[in-house]
Amino acid sequence: MSRDDDKGLDRRQALECMIWAGTGVLWTLSGGVPKSALLGTAQAAEAGFSFLQISDSHVGFDKPANPNALGTLNEAIDKIVAMPARPSFMIHTGDISHLSKAKQFDDADQAIGRAKLDVRYVPGEHDMIDENNGKAYLERYGKNAKGAGWYAFDQQGVHFIGLVNVVDLKAGGMGNLGAEQLAWLADDLKDKSASTPIVVFAHIPLWTVAPDWGWGTQDSAQALSLLSRFGSVTVLNGHIHQLMQKVEGAVSFYTARSTAFPQPVPGSAASPGPMAVPAGDLRKYLGVRSVAFHQGNEPLAVTDAALAS
Amino acid sequence: MRTLTKPSFFARSTCGAVIIAALTGLALGSGVAEGTMAVAIDNFAFTPATITVKPGTTVTFENRDDIPHSVVDADGKFHSKALDTNDTFQVTFDQPGEYIYYCGLHPHMKGKVVVAP
Repeated sequence: MSRDDDKGLDRRQALECMIWAGTGVLWTLSGGVPKSALLGTAQAAEAGFSFLQISDSHVGFDKPANPNALGTLNEAIDKIVAMPARPSFMIHTGDISHLSKAKQFDDADQAIGRAKLDVRYVPGEHDMIDENNGKAYLERYGKNAKGAGWYAFDQQGVHFIGLVNVVDLKAGGMGNLGAEQLAWLADDLKDKSASTPIVVFAHIPLWTVAPDWGWGTQDSAQALSLLSRFGSVTVLNGHIHQLMQKVEGAVSFYTARSTAFPQPVPGSAASPGPMAVPAGDLRKYLGVRSVAFHQGNEPLAVTDAALAS
Repeated sequence: MRTLTKPSFFARSTCGAVIIAALTGLALGSGVAEGTMAVAIDNFAFTPATITVKPGTTVTFENRDDIPHSVVDADGKFHSKALDTNDTFQVTFDQPGEYIYYCGLHPHMKGKVVVAP
């Protein structure tokens, strides 16, 4: 996790609190910069608007690291339903299913539907492994999307961009956006003013977390250069099943917890596979995130809440 | 150059399990069995990462991880479906040459099959 020693103390402390307090993360966009806040605090309630991020549900996963991934997804949704401040919508940053099976997508939809929120999805690599290379995902979630499922939308002055970096992966590489998507992104951004707050979300991190484990996106530098003229860029990812944060200029990167199982800190294990923890500790590693946007010059508030509280 | 002939995919079936057991047994017994070879997928790695086989050898890939993987030839000559835990995929290599392959879900995972008379 990167450090921001000038002004990051509050945020870092808050994040650490959140990690151990184990509730959810509320992302608040304030003047385009994300801020975290514990769920249920007054800060979230005062937001211009807030939205939620959940990730890596892996519905269908039943191995020792979590024999009931659908169960913990339902627990995450219970947390969301119980939130005092109603979010405007929710994003899911991929790996909805474990194996792209219709039953797994059905079960996920049923659980997530209980939140009664508009949900915007991007696929993880586990969502694109049906026999028709992603057709199952795109028919269900990609009706208004381009290419392999990318799209943009606006919410109260904030421009949201959902990217796909899990298809057409190259031997020896990491995540991949590809030329067609990058051209679309350039076109999407060209008429936006530099003061427009931007939120980018994709499954695999858009910064290189651990190249040996493929935790990065091969051509993310091209996407980030297209975003470099904007004063506020927030990048939200999943895939690595743990919280990480990095600030680079005007760009803040965050990875989210899974609702299914944790993965190890890079370098701490032989492989990035599911990390088995004592059953009583599992819910400390799983969670949901809220982001709140405040009109004005404050950053987006990002709040991660673990399922265990 | 045409190479692979009979790629086949076993779902988790009795048939596949029996064949894998046999292959594993052969490999344990004599190091390398004539005509067959096994590559395990363990801890996000193809093991062994490089194998050298004679033309006509059938290579069986078995996923032993809790996460699905696939086997994709870098030149597009063969590719498996996503292999769930304990699923296997077989390719018979008839033509001499070097075949670089990777996991389509986790492309940092690479392996090589060298086919030499």
